[in-house]
Amino acid sequence: MGTKPFTTAGLSALALMATLGAVQAEGLVVSNWDGYMAADAIDSYTAATGNAAELVLHGTNEEIMGKLIASKGKGYDVVFVSSPFAEVLHNLGLAETLDHSKLSNIANLYPEAMELAHDPGNTFSIPYAWGTTGLCYRSDLLAEAPDSWNDLLVPAADVSGKTTMLATDRWLLGAGFLAKGYSVNETDPEKVGEVRDLLIDAKKTLLAYDDTTFYAKLVSGEAELVHAWDGWCNYGIAENTDIKYVIPEEGSDLWVDTMVILKNSENKDAAYAFVDFILDAKNHGWAAENILYKVPNKPAMESLSAEFLESFPNMAIGAEQLLSYEQLRDVGEGQRLYARTVSEIKAAQ
Amino acid sequence: MKDRRPLYLMAPALAWLTAFMVIPCLLILALAFFRRGLYGGIEYTFTLENLALVFDPLYAGIFLKSAAIAGLSALIAVIVGYAAAFAIAAAPARRQPILLFFAVLPFWSNYLVRTYAWIVLLNREGLITGLAQWLGFDGELPKLLYTESAVVVGLVYNYLPFVILACYAPLSRLNPEIAEASQDLGASAWTTFRRVTVPLTFPGIATGFVFVFVLSIGNFVTPALLGGGQFQMIGNLVYAQFLTANDWPFGAALSMILIAIMMGLLTLQTFASERASGAKREDS
Amino acid sequence: MARTANSRLMLVILAAVFAFLYVPISVLVALSFNDGGLPTAWTGFSVKWYGELFRNADVMSAAFNTLVVAVVSTIFATLFGTLLAIGVEIRRRKGRFLETIIFAPMIIPDIVLAIALLSFFSMLNVTMGLHTVILSHVVFNLAFVCSVVRARLKTFDWSIVEASADLGASTPITMIRIVIPVMMPAIIAGALLAFTLSVDEFIIAFFTAGAGRASITLPMQIFAMIRFGVTPEINALATIVMAVSVIALALSQRLNRGGLPGQ
Repeated sequence: MGTKPFTTAGLSALALMATLGAVQAEGLVVSNWDGYMAADAIDSYTAATGNAAELVLHGTNEEIMGKLIASKGKGYDVVFVSSPFAEVLHNLGLAETLDHSKLSNIANLYPEAMELAHDPGNTFSIPYAWGTTGLCYRSDLLAEAPDSWNDLLVPAADVSGKTTMLATDRWLLGAGFLAKGYSVNETDPEKVGEVRDLLIDAKKTLLAYDDTTFYAKLVSGEAELVHAWDGWCNYGIAENTDIKYVIPEEGSDLWVDTMVILKNSENKDAAYAFVDFILDAKNHGWAAENILYKVPNKPAMESLSAEFLESFPNMAIGAEQLLSYEQLRDVGEGQRLYARTVSEIKAAQ
Repeated sequence: MKDRRPLYLMAPALAWLTAFMVIPCLLILALAFFRRGLYGGIEYTFTLENLALVFDPLYAGIFLKSAAIAGLSALIAVIVGYAAAFAIAAAPARRQPILLFFAVLPFWSNYLVRTYAWIVLLNREGLITGLAQWLGFDGELPKLLYTESAVVVGLVYNYLPFVILACYAPLSRLNPEIAEASQDLGASAWTTFRRVTVPLTFPGIATGFVFVFVLSIGNFVTPALLGGGQFQMIGNLVYAQFLTANDWPFGAALSMILIAIMMGLLTLQTFASERASGAKREDS
Repeated sequence: MARTANSRLMLVILAAVFAFLYVPISVLVALSFNDGGLPTAWTGFSVKWYGELFRNADVMSAAFNTLVVAVVSTIFATLFGTLLAIGVEIRRRKGRFLETIIFAPMIIPDIVLAIALLSFFSMLNVTMGLHTVILSHVVFNLAFVCSVVRARLKTFDWSIVEASADLGASTPITMIRIVIPVMMPAIIAGALLAFTLSVDEFIIAFFTAGAGRASITLPMQIFAMIRFGVTPEINALATIVMAVSVIALALSQRLNRGGLPGQ
């Protein structure tokens, strides 16, 4: 077939594109995980500042990152992403360099939360929640309380087939790195290879990789010991008090979820006002109390009741202890090795 | 004149595909020839390394594995779907659209919701286990969920309506007189079905098979949820390169090879399908 | 005699297939009445999730957006896809290049098409919104419609078209009077397929939608909610979608006195 129809087609398509255009969202656009802040946070923000705003949701870091990278962040003002992803946004030049004078509530942050390894001095990201990754288990079903990553990776015979591990690559590998006593950001191919072999062996006793409904599996008894983020384990604890959380003796990583203002934002003042609104002790405290994740906000954490801390013991882990764990970092070129290693683990029989 | 007429019919679709598929996808697929930058951006230095990497045994293995799962799913879906479409086409004419509607209706709910329904059925504490126990079975049932079979069931289930629709299209107007003529000539019902009906409707069968195969091989939700993330389809792999590893060049390279292989398979399919219906087309 | 045996076999097939299709659906519907929020444990009957659902404006507007995307993209895709199929089939010379372009939308991984379209729209500074989702859905939908219609056209008897032309009918008249009516069941099947694909599509919609709430579709909303697994609220929504569809069908049956167009 000749090229003429295609030229015509291409031209008419361009004409079509030229006519496209619709009203973009008015006001601030915030993207966050579902249920990760108060349902009425946006309305209260609007009431407090007079700025129109809307909340959109992303299911995973990866999804929103793909969208931000492909569109250069256009249309979004504030996004909630985990710290390694915030680093990527910064490295790709998509994150706004923060002017702390516009964030009066930044003083509420723990001093430790101003010195995080991924962004010392919080120049492009503000921590929103932080915590550890460990083991969440049914104390009534396990013969012995777990205390090591090997209890998950090489489970006792009666627990075999009743364990789950996080599916997201960094945390999946993290369990192996910690079990071996390596850095959670290790990129030496030989050490990564050892961890790969360890995790392939662990796969034989695994029920599933799961990073969304593992707590429901614990509640139903389908799983008895799962690899979990502390805050998420609390959702299980809220349903069944026999569910407990432990940081294995080899340690944990320190994960930090952050707020990033995008460089291409056209509502920067409103975006600063939003971040500042969240940092308000009362608003940030609401998150801790209802989402059951620790927040790096000193007055917010101090407002939590003793009873509450007793029901959810991991909420009491202090800033100092958190900082003793190594943070996940963007590993640059090493990311390719990680992706390949995770493919190898998941493809193993 | 004969050759111009089809062009006008095809023009709107081709214009659309050129603008919203060919151009954008070529721009992305071209990244296969460049390097991933340190932070996941693109470094514009020409390289063939990404394409070479696709042929690594690891990725070839994943490709074969997911092709096997997709092929098995497509085969089962085609057998079940063809039977269903045949039964629908055999129903009284006024009932056919209603049956078709009810075959498609479950799929207007939502993929995730349906998948979770399967999890509720299949998990170890789930309904099937409960039913077995209620019926007095007290042994240990084999693991149903987070297995390859669960992935296949999920894929067959979700893509079955597409096979039914694809097979119903040619079956709907299959002239009953042809079958009757065949039977009048002494052929048994089975022979008629095998020698007349199936060849005449083969394009629908082939189309249905292709639908399930391509949709399955690119799926990334079912392996994660029903396979417990322990099986990877090509879809998962491509998804991981673009979104998890932020490695667009390698993602583009994988996709390019995938597209090339699938095109090769489709050529075979078209060839087979033309041959199967060839006898019919000769006289037209 | 053979006929009754056959129709009994047909009934058995239909019963078995519909049982397979509807067992998970009945679980899904039952869970929408589950009092507790976990997808795996039954804790008692309740209609509270329906109440929650109607109070959840986000989910309701997402459902409406999905309907708009599915209907509009289906109309375009059915029209373009059918014409494309006819055009391809009446061409004597089959080009590999043409075939490739027609098959490509089905084969290109969703994520590639999604990222490609987003980068492209962004490069051209196109304002994104529901319209860009529709544009993108038409791309793969038209390929699926085209395939279904072609499957039917392969056994189409072109001699009637020639007869019509011999009798002096113009090409458009032949199309409208002869080809389209004969093809109607296939076109309806193709449209149903396109609609079904579009209603469920997540990844392309997520990438090609605008940044704000205005272009969020239901799969986007539900994929984001998966953080907590599927809550009964979503089951309630799925139940309502199916119930409304059944009611709409019943009404249209009444209006049409049986049979959809083309039958």
